[in-house]
Amino acid sequence: MSHMPNPPTTMLSISGVHTYYGNIEALKGIDVEINHGEIVTLIGANGAGKTTLLMTVCGTPQAARGHITFEGKDITRMPTHEIVTKGIAQSPEGRRIFPGMTVFENIQMGAMSCDPEYFDQDYTRVTELFPILKERQNQRAGTLSGGEQQMLAIGRAMMSRPRLLLLDEPSLGLAPLIVKQIFEVIAEINQTDNVTVMLVEQNAYHALRLAHRGYVLVNGKIAMSGPGSELLERPEIRAAYLEGGR
Amino acid sequence: MTKATRPPLNWLALLKESGVAAFVALGLSIVMFGLRTVDQQGGLGLQTRWSWVVLAVVSVFIGRLVLAIYRETRQPPHTYSGTQDSEQNRLAECVQKISKVVAPLLIIFAIVLPFLPFSSRYIIDVATLVLTYIMLGWGLNIVVGLAGLLDLGYVAFYAVGAYSYALLAYYFDFSFWICLPLAGIFAATFGIILGFPVLRLRGDYLAIVTLGFGEIIRVVLINWYTFTGGPDGLSSIPRPSFFGLPFSRRVPEDSETFHTFFSLDYSSMHRIIFLYFLILALALITNFFTLRMRKLPLGRAWEALREDETACRSLGINPTNTKLSAFAIGAGFAGFAGSFFATRQGFISPESFTFIESAVILAIVVLGGMGSQLGVVIASILLIGGTELFRGLEEFRMVTFGGLMVAVMVWKPRGLLAHRDPTLRLHAPDHTPESHKSNT
Repeated sequence: MSHMPNPPTTMLSISGVHTYYGNIEALKGIDVEINHGEIVTLIGANGAGKTTLLMTVCGTPQAARGHITFEGKDITRMPTHEIVTKGIAQSPEGRRIFPGMTVFENIQMGAMSCDPEYFDQDYTRVTELFPILKERQNQRAGTLSGGEQQMLAIGRAMMSRPRLLLLDEPSLGLAPLIVKQIFEVIAEINQTDNVTVMLVEQNAYHALRLAHRGYVLVNGKIAMSGPGSELLERPEIRAAYLEGGR
Repeated sequence: MTKATRPPLNWLALLKESGVAAFVALGLSIVMFGLRTVDQQGGLGLQTRWSWVVLAVVSVFIGRLVLAIYRETRQPPHTYSGTQDSEQNRLAECVQKISKVVAPLLIIFAIVLPFLPFSSRYIIDVATLVLTYIMLGWGLNIVVGLAGLLDLGYVAFYAVGAYSYALLAYYFDFSFWICLPLAGIFAATFGIILGFPVLRLRGDYLAIVTLGFGEIIRVVLINWYTFTGGPDGLSSIPRPSFFGLPFSRRVPEDSETFHTFFSLDYSSMHRIIFLYFLILALALITNFFTLRMRKLPLGRAWEALREDETACRSLGINPTNTKLSAFAIGAGFAGFAGSFFATRQGFISPESFTFIESAVILAIVVLGGMGSQLGVVIASILLIGGTELFRGLEEFRMVTFGGLMVAVMVWKPRGLLAHRDPTLRLHAPDHTPESHKSNT
């Protein structure tokens, strides 16, 4: 896809991570590396542990074993709200916007953890990426359409000036045209705003086309990894995630 | 939808529904109305009042039938959805606009009330009581309405405030004006002490723990006889002074009282009116504080926490600290109200801080519409002023009260004024920038 910054330096490193829900081992020793400036996607079937891995990076739930380091700092045992202040933002599964608050208030909430000095500048940038949010700024967020809510969730995450953006299924339940639009913005955020992206997706075709590299999760383990275009060509990937997909 | 498409009334179903309701009424009223214990020679005897039972059953039957017919003939059928709450919301938005005018008028009315010709001592006493509950309602609104933490033990902080004032005054001879802030701080401290262990709980579980906490405080107050006076309570709590000028008839030597200082004739009304203004000021401070908080990041975080805790955490908000602050601030205002209560009554005992008080305060917040400041005022007037007003109905007072509550649940399931006003409205393309002031 796009040119890679040279030489690649590790931003987020997940090594030997095990995560449990009670007695159930959801992640069984995961090793993932994300370099500065990359878009890395995690694909896999339902229940493979994609969302769990993303949430483990954020500290809810915390990894039982293994280490997660972000820009050289160990964040494995850090509470979620502190991890966010280190430069990781998340657009969680199911968008999780604040439905009773206006669009603008939602965006303000995104900027809670950083210096208000940057607010105007960041807000302008977010509304450049998603002009519809500016049109809807006084509307209650609960009245937005699914696509607009997803844009709001990403926009809100961008307000905390992240260096790493975690996106959990931004294409969930959206029309193909909207998915395309959102994926274009993700690429734009990555290139122009220099934000590294970790993308969890069911929509393997779009995700692998967009990403520099991809990981395939099966039952809590990494089954395969490699550049996005390469994974797209693999027959087993085509069979498992792409046939009849798209 | 046009009227023609509506199917005819299903009378059989309606009669059946009313019949079931009447049957339930029969079961309940036999015990509650039908049998009555009376004193007879040689012990307790039973008296029957079957006419009452018949009256209850018939009225329930007819009432239910009328309600059901009303429901069936209404166009369109009553439905609610989570996000598109159009009708209710539009009405509330309308009230919102009116409230911008109503709120200042209400404040002006509250200020001039004691000087109006019809204001007897009774009216001012009732108004003081209503204002106490308005203040408590506004305080609890921070916890329940804004932060969304269901607190069933709010009266505990009210009790802490009242007892801190009484005990500080008793043991250290502090004046009201020193005790008032101290009582608030004590109550807030108790809020933090309770908050630390329990705020990891959510929803129903939190409600149960706070309910338990309310009882613990009351039981401690009853049993710690040597310190709190136990069930006897604490009496002769000092009255507040007007910045050092007492409201007493007798003028102490080489000092002055309120009426000599302003060269007025002594009247016991001075103190009553002073107390009225005191609670009015305290309540308004609570209100302005809340309105101000809503526009600050912390207040915004409270509201966000109510809507989605997981999202808040992923936005870098520390949920524990945010909840604790809401809990402590709400408790602090209950503490202020408690110390006012103590000084007004001159006597406090654990009797005044039972669960029913928590329930009434919560009912005020919920009835008014969660998070609505004006709603709390209206609900307090209805609930507290209303029960005073219906005193003439004697034993039917609570029934009337219950009936009113049911009516609200039927017609306004989200509270009287349920509408969240944005804290800030940005300029629309054809408007000039305007910072939006919210009153409700």
